[in-house]
Amino acid sequence: MYGNAYIDPNEKAAGILAGEDMQKLAEFEARIARGEKIEPKDWMPREYRKQLIRMIEQHAHSEIIGALPEGTWITRAPGFKRKLALMAKVQDEVGHGQLLYSAAETLGKSREAMINDLITGKSKYSNVFNYPAFTWADACVIAWLIDAGAIINQVANAKGSYGPYCRALDRICTEESFHLKYGHDNVVTLATGTPVQRKMVQEALSRWWPPIMHFFGPSDKISNHTEILMRWKVKMATNDDMRQQFLNMYVPKIWDLGLTVPDAKLSKNEETGKWEYTEPDWDEFKRVINGDGPCNAERLAVRRNAEERGRWVREALNTSESKYMVPFA
Amino acid sequence: MIKSLDPRVTRAEIELDNAIEPLKEMDQWETFEVFHQKRRGDQHMHVGIVHAPNAEMAILFAKEQYGRRGLSVNIWVVKTRDVFTTDYDDSDIFETVPEKQYREAGGYKVMDKINKYKKSVKA
Repeated sequence: MYGNAYIDPNEKAAGILAGEDMQKLAEFEARIARGEKIEPKDWMPREYRKQLIRMIEQHAHSEIIGALPEGTWITRAPGFKRKLALMAKVQDEVGHGQLLYSAAETLGKSREAMINDLITGKSKYSNVFNYPAFTWADACVIAWLIDAGAIINQVANAKGSYGPYCRALDRICTEESFHLKYGHDNVVTLATGTPVQRKMVQEALSRWWPPIMHFFGPSDKISNHTEILMRWKVKMATNDDMRQQFLNMYVPKIWDLGLTVPDAKLSKNEETGKWEYTEPDWDEFKRVINGDGPCNAERLAVRRNAEERGRWVREALNTSESKYMVPFA
Repeated sequence: MIKSLDPRVTRAEIELDNAIEPLKEMDQWETFEVFHQKRRGDQHMHVGIVHAPNAEMAILFAKEQYGRRGLSVNIWVVKTRDVFTTDYDDSDIFETVPEKQYREAGGYKVMDKINKYKKSVKA
């Protein structure tokens, strides 16, 4: 699972291409326009490398941190089969993190550097994981709807231009389809169950709706910057387009279960074909992504703890003849 | 000490303010390229990498990462630094010319000659 990479809207677009070799840039753009993939050792503009590292790294961190709110419920998932399934899902998410770190390191940032930037709070990860999973129903809503959002994002990015990222995403998307079915099954079980179960899943949905609406990020300003990233197939769809796609696919499924989405304004405008909704609270989004959410501090403390307590094992296994080389693909 | 919704986190007795030394270079070891065979008779396919301190652990991690669902019968790992590769910039070395038909089955057509010969013998 994953949330859309957060790009600061105030970042200056000017000078992105300053100093680039225009001949090489033209060849690079022609290759992407022909639908060819870029491989790690190919020439690429500095901005392409920078944005991809940021995006893939954030994606990797999201997988790793996302395992925490879900892992919360492994020991208390109702029944043996659900415990097994949730363990498998959480293992998948951590595996996705590994695949993505590998894709990012082909661009020249080491895994150690990425982990250091995560645990010091320098790198971001998907904002939704800064919220707590209060009940079992929260874990079910995450597995269904957050993973649904992630799939929309990942299927789009899998058609991007950077070979190693696309290959990792193809593998990830296959596994996510199990997560989505598993999450749906859990939500349906609660929604078609006893009044207590229905109440529990409705409350979880109401809690998670604002973070879900935040999931794809604020509206993109169509700037030169966004245009270049879309031309380079780094960004494959605008945040609003992905949010619309999500609403279109999942709101009817939520309503089918007789659940209420906590937004009285939410409806599809039949003329435009677009969903209308109450504008999410973007101030809250910015506050939480910058560190002041209900779980930010705990998430990072847990990560630091894992790195620190595992350090002696990693050091003991290290041999003096080991030598690092950037992987090929 | 963190008092978490997650009983595992509470039990681990973690301080919220637990700044640590940054990870040093090679903390995450070197990388191995992984080749995976789905069923006997198939080619081994390159599927990605794992970070590992040695080949035995690379196999262990590769099994978890690339063989935890679907079919698997065999895995190879090889240190990234032991792999020799061609350069994408040199990919013109693979360009073939039309005359390379002499290397292909389709470059040899004999039926016309056979039919012509049969006709001439009959006549």
